[in-house]
Amino acid sequence: MKIIEVKNLSKIYYSSPKGRPRRAPAGGVEPYKNDGAETHALRNISFDIEKGEYVAIMGPSGSGKSTLLHMLGFLDTATSGTYLFNGKSIDEYTSDEAAKIRNKEMGFIFQMFNLLPRTSVLDNVKLPLFYSDIDASKWDEMANDAIESVGMTYRINHEPSQLSGGEQQRAAISRALVLNPGVIFADEPTGNLDSKSGKMIMETLQHLHEDHGNTIILITHETYTASHATRVIRLLDGEIESDKKVEHRLRAEKFKK
Amino acid sequence: MHLKYSLKTAIVGLKTNRSRSILTILGIVIGITAIILISSLGAGAQALILGQLQGMGTKTIAVLPGRQPKSLMDATQIFSDSLVNKDLDALKRKTNVPYLAKIMPIVFGADTAFNGNESYRLTIFGASDLVTKIFDIYPTEGEFFTDEDVRSRADVVVIGSKVKKELFGSASALGQKIRIKGKNFRVVGILPEKGQSTMNFDEAAIIPHTTAQQYIFGIKYFHRLIIEANAEENVSSTIRDIEITLRNSHGITDPDKDDFHVETAADIISRLGVITSVLTLFLVAVAAISLIVGGIGIMNIMLVSVTERTREIGLRKSIGATNGNILFQFLLEAVLLTGIGGAIGICLGAVFSFLASLGLSRVVSMDWSFTFPLSAALIGLFVSGLIGLVFGLYPAKQAAKKSPIEALRYE
Repeated sequence: MKIIEVKNLSKIYYSSPKGRPRRAPAGGVEPYKNDGAETHALRNISFDIEKGEYVAIMGPSGSGKSTLLHMLGFLDTATSGTYLFNGKSIDEYTSDEAAKIRNKEMGFIFQMFNLLPRTSVLDNVKLPLFYSDIDASKWDEMANDAIESVGMTYRINHEPSQLSGGEQQRAAISRALVLNPGVIFADEPTGNLDSKSGKMIMETLQHLHEDHGNTIILITHETYTASHATRVIRLLDGEIESDKKVEHRLRAEKFKK
Repeated sequence: MHLKYSLKTAIVGLKTNRSRSILTILGIVIGITAIILISSLGAGAQALILGQLQGMGTKTIAVLPGRQPKSLMDATQIFSDSLVNKDLDALKRKTNVPYLAKIMPIVFGADTAFNGNESYRLTIFGASDLVTKIFDIYPTEGEFFTDEDVRSRADVVVIGSKVKKELFGSASALGQKIRIKGKNFRVVGILPEKGQSTMNFDEAAIIPHTTAQQYIFGIKYFHRLIIEANAEENVSSTIRDIEITLRNSHGITDPDKDDFHVETAADIISRLGVITSVLTLFLVAVAAISLIVGGIGIMNIMLVSVTERTREIGLRKSIGATNGNILFQFLLEAVLLTGIGGAIGICLGAVFSFLASLGLSRVVSMDWSFTFPLSAALIGLFVSGLIGLVFGLYPAKQAAKKSPIEALRYE
């Protein structure tokens, strides 16, 4: 089953004559075109992602991989082309419905972790529940389960500043998992980590893919990290350079709790 | 959305910048404190004035010369000469004013009294022996002059406590003579200290009105006629009877041309009530300006906070927060901030007005009672919340409309 279908997707940023890039209004095509410079972040991208795939999107900086991830994650809209998520076009969602999809069906992991400071791991993990329809009485249990699944129970009441980088990223992963979303978007999840912590994060992602059946879309510029995936899409200057299945997949050691 | 967690989030948000939050709400705290303090003192002053006026009695009616002042600028002849002996006799007649229990004419003015080399500027009241009953004040030393003294234009005087102190010091005054307008008066009674009241008797000398008219002021008319009805329920019909009698006596047919007017204690109370209320309201309005200034401070800091927390906003949006969720979060924070400020202001206002009432009753030796205006407190709390809502709206909108990707990229 195709969970993501992208066809002829393009993204053009228009910079105003003053040189400051103007951003697109949420949920719509840019209404303005002016004489400023155009930046083609993405040009005619087309690909499908099946449910349960582990896709790495690779490319040097400026290749448009982050822009693509933001569009796939309903955080940004395309200039042209179609994007179907679960068979439905992004244009059919209102901004509140898009927020709901992000909440229920997508999990985000960022390079910068983006944990709330001065807030315990438990409360950070509960954050998506806060925006869900789930009854508050179930939150603790769900958050505990998510934290346990990344082996962070021993740090549950710690605040982010008391954690190592790897631990912070694992807390962020459990936050992405707490509502058991089908798709997990990981934007350079190991970019700010040492190799040992990075390895642990890759193990965690592999565990989610293999044992939980999550679809994982990973953005990276490291070949080593990308080789954990089952498929690698390479971007260059906003175009797909290659889209290959990984033949010699690098297996992280089986994740141990 | 779960209110409990929203509140928790807002509290964490405020705690993150604890000292900044405290400084921010200072404007609101000061504004609400001032409003509570002013309205409490205003209510206290009103209670004090009304309490003293009520001492005058609800059965008391005053007849004044000149027509009722129509406005503040209406040049009424306060010292009009329309009330004369003839009117006094007409009003005393049972057939004219059946419910009249007491009637006392008053003339008054300021003059200097002498005792040897001592002199004192005082108020001279020309009245009758009914002063004791109408104003409920009795001499602590000696006696009040009698009805007979009034009829015979006797040279007797009852003096207030301050007059006694100024003219005689600690020496005995009873039976001594004081000189007013070159005429010697024998002190027959000394009034107790009463403090500022409807009539300030402490600095007054009371002599028979007949004596005062003839020897002191040289007039044939009265400045006031004080009348007491026999019962409270008869006050209004007595007022009517007084008006009819006086119009007859003065030959007036058109009530608009009255050369006198009638006042009751209730009239004075309501008029003073209006004055103190307007004054209080005015002061509260001035204090309210500080609330607006405080509100602008809140808006400013909330904008800073929104900018600082751009990444947080981006994160919240990426995990499913709607624009509405973000708007609500920042709005709640602003309302909570001002609400806390308001609550602190109410407490401080109550403490300060309590201390002020203690101070006033001790220093000024007035019978000042502490009044806590609950309505002002509730309004204060409501208004401070409203300020959070109004001044928090713009920053919260700024937060809500942040694009998630730009917010996440924000360093």
